[in-house]
Amino acid sequence: MDKRETGEQILRISGTEIRKCMKCGKCSGRCPAYREMDIKPHQFVGYLIKGKTEKLLESEAIWHCLSCMACVERCPRGVAPQGVIEAVRTTVTRMQGKNGISAEDIPPIVDELIPQQLLVSAYRKYNK
Amino acid sequence: MQRIGVFICWCGSNIAATVDVERLAQLIKAEPGVVFSADYQYMCSENGQQLIKNAVKDYNLTGIVIGSCSPRMHEATFRKAAESVGLNPYMVEVANLREQCSWIHKDREEATKKALVLLRTAIAKVRLDAPLTAGESPVVKRALVIGGGIAGIQAALDIAEAGFPVDIVEKNPTIGGRMAQLDKTFPTLDCSACILTPKMVDCAQNENIDILSYSEVEDVKGFVGNFKVRIRRKARYVDETKCTGCKVCMEKCPSKKGLNEFNMNLNNRTAIYIPFAQAIPNVAVIDPTQCLKLKTGKCGVCQKFCGAGAIDYTMQDTFVEREYGAIVVATGFRPINVDAFNEYGYSDNKDVITSLELERLMNAAGPTNGVLLRPSDNTHPKVITFIQCVGSRDVSGCGKPYCSKICCMYTAKHAMLIREKYPDTEVHVFYIDVRTPGKNYDEFYRRAVEQYGVDYIKGMVGKVWNENGKLMVQGADLIENEQVVIPSDLVVLATAIEPEPSVRKIATLLTASIDTNNFLNESHPKLRPVESPTAGVYLAGVCQGPKDIPETVSQASACAAKVIGLLVKNHLKTNPCVARPDETACNGCSQCANVCAYGAITYVDKEFRIGGGKTETRRVAQVNPAVCQGCGACTVTCPSGAMDLSGFSTAQILSEVEAICRK
Repeated sequence: MDKRETGEQILRISGTEIRKCMKCGKCSGRCPAYREMDIKPHQFVGYLIKGKTEKLLESEAIWHCLSCMACVERCPRGVAPQGVIEAVRTTVTRMQGKNGISAEDIPPIVDELIPQQLLVSAYRKYNK
Repeated sequence: MQRIGVFICWCGSNIAATVDVERLAQLIKAEPGVVFSADYQYMCSENGQQLIKNAVKDYNLTGIVIGSCSPRMHEATFRKAAESVGLNPYMVEVANLREQCSWIHKDREEATKKALVLLRTAIAKVRLDAPLTAGESPVVKRALVIGGGIAGIQAALDIAEAGFPVDIVEKNPTIGGRMAQLDKTFPTLDCSACILTPKMVDCAQNENIDILSYSEVEDVKGFVGNFKVRIRRKARYVDETKCTGCKVCMEKCPSKKGLNEFNMNLNNRTAIYIPFAQAIPNVAVIDPTQCLKLKTGKCGVCQKFCGAGAIDYTMQDTFVEREYGAIVVATGFRPINVDAFNEYGYSDNKDVITSLELERLMNAAGPTNGVLLRPSDNTHPKVITFIQCVGSRDVSGCGKPYCSKICCMYTAKHAMLIREKYPDTEVHVFYIDVRTPGKNYDEFYRRAVEQYGVDYIKGMVGKVWNENGKLMVQGADLIENEQVVIPSDLVVLATAIEPEPSVRKIATLLTASIDTNNFLNESHPKLRPVESPTAGVYLAGVCQGPKDIPETVSQASACAAKVIGLLVKNHLKTNPCVARPDETACNGCSQCANVCAYGAITYVDKEFRIGGGKTETRRVAQVNPAVCQGCGACTVTCPSGAMDLSGFSTAQILSEVEAICRK
C-alpha cells in the first residue's frame, strides 16, 4: 500500500468528512489526554487533509487516545477526530498483522474497579 | 420676572425610589421666580401633561422646568404640551433627574440634594430664556446624486420612483461603476452585468432621471433645500444627441494602443471608444491624450466614417448650473496600489495580479473572453495561490488600518469559480481570519472548502519569488506550525479597497466631514448612518465605509427614503438655537468661520456709523441660520465674545454654573 492508498484507507475507516473541519481546535480544547499526545486531535484531521500519512502512522498518540469521544461530541462541524485516530490505530495494528489483545487475555487482568466501558474500548483499540 | 412652574416626575419608581420627590417639590418653592410646583407619577402621561397645561393657564406661567428623564427622551413632548397652551416651546427646560441622578446614586439624601441643584440650575437658565421662533426656508424639489455606480443608480431610481427629478453626475463616460467590472456576485454567483445593466437601462429610460456622464461637480453653494451646484461637462468630442453607438468609429480608429481602464489595463482600446457593450449612455468618447487628430491634427478617420455626423474635434468643456434640495454622495472606491508591498512582487511579476484584474480575466467580455489564462504567457495556470488581507489591517504605512470587508467573500468566490470551471486546478488561500458575517455568507465560504476542496492555510505570505517561471509563495501555516512554499502559476492578491480619491474634493465642496482614511463621516455611526453631519447631504456605498453590494443597495435605498422625506416638504423649519454674532463686537478675525464644521459662517463688509456723521466699513461675521447646527464651537472660539448662541447664551451657561456652585 502506498502513501496515498494508506491515506484513503484511513479516511474510509474513519467514516468522517474531514473537509468539514474549520480548524477551530475545539477537539483539542476538550481532549483529556491532550498532554500525553505527540500529535493532537485537531492535527490528526489536519494531517489527513494534507496527506501527511507517515506522520500519522508514526504517532504515539494513537495509544494514548482514551476513545472517550469527547472530541466527537464537541465538534461544531460534525467531524470525528477520534474516528481518524481510531482509523490510524486500526491501520497500524493491521500493518503489524496481529491483535493486541485477545479474549483470553482479559480475565487475568480484570479488576473490579476497571469500568466495563474501558474493557470494551480497549478491545476495540488494540484489535484488527 | 419670569413666573416659573416646576414639575417633578417620579418616573414610576425610577426617580422616586432614590429622590424624595415630594420634599423636592416643597423645597423648590423657595426659589425666586417659582410660583408653582408639583410632583406626579408619570409627567409624560396624558394626565401629567394636562397637569402642566392647567398650571400654565391657572398660574400664568412664563417658563417651565421639568425634572424628569433625559431631554433626549421627552423634551419634545413637554415643549409640544407648552405650545398647545400658548407658551413658547423654547421656554421649557428639562432637568435630568433620572439618567444624571437617580439611576447613578444610591444614597437617598445625597441624591435628593443633587436633584435640588439640578432643578435650580434649570431654573437659572429659564430665568434668562427668551421666546424663540423657528424660521423657514423653501425646498428645491430636485436631488443630485454624485457617482453613477450601483449606489448612485439605486438611490436615483428610488428617488425618481417617488416622483422627484434626479440628476446623476458620473465622472466616467458611462454609469455602472465597479459593479460593471465584476464577473459574478457572491453569495448567489449570479452574473454581475446581468443584474446591473437592467438597472442602468431603467435609469436611462426614467423620465425623472437625467444622467450627466463624463461630468464632474465643480462648485457647490447654498444649504439644505437650496444647493446651487456647478457641473463641468467634459468634452467627449462626440455629440451625445447624435451618436448612435454603432461602433464603426472604433473599428476604423488607427490609434489602438490605449490602455483599457475597464479591463484594468490588461488589454488595449482605441482612442475613440465605448467603455463596454452595455454602457449607458451608449455613446462614444475620444481620449484626447491618445487621439491622433487632437494631438497632431492629422487623422480625422472617425469623423469621415461616422454616419451620424456626431464627431466634433472642436468641442470644449461646458458648464451647467442647477439647484437641488438634497445631495447623495456615492463616489465609490478603487483597489489600493500594491506596489509598496514588494514581498508579493506585484510590479515585478505579470502573473501576480489583483482580484479586480482576476475578475476581468474570468469575465466573458474581458481581455481573454472568459478563459482563465495567466498574463505572462497566456497559458492555463494549474496552481493558483490567493493571498488575503493584502493592504488591509496594515498599519505599516503601505496599506490601510481597516478591514476591507469584501475580500474574504470574493476570494472564496474566485476560488470556487476556478475549481468549478477548471477542476484540474489546485487552489490555495492564505488567510489571517476568514470573516463572513452575512446571510448565507459562511455557508458560501464553507462550500469552497468542503465541496470544492479549496485549501485554506491560516497564515500570511512573507515572500513571493520567481524561480524558472514558477512563482514560489512562501508563507506560514500556523495551524501546522510550519513554513510552507507553494510553487504557483498565478498569484492573486485580495487587494484592500480605498475611497475613490475624488471624494476629498467633493467633501470639501459640500463641507461634509471626512475621516483619516478618506471615508465620509456619518452623522451617527448607529442611529444616523446615511446622513452626513452636513444637513441635506446623504451617503451611499463605499464612500462611507467598506461594504458589499447588498449593503450598498440597502444604504442607497435608505438614502433615497431620507431624500424623499426632505423633498416632500415645501419648507424646512430651521432650528432657532443658532449662533448670532454681535456686529458691534466682531473684529472680523475669521476664527469662527474656520472652526465651523458646517460652513454656516461667512463674512461681509458692512458700514457702521461711528459718530460725528461719519461711517466706517468693517468686515463682520454673518451666520446662515438654515445651515447652522447650533454646536457652539464658534461662541467659544470668538476672542472678542461677539458670537452667542440663541437658547444657550453665554449668560445662561454662566448663571447655570453659578446655580450649581451656590451653597
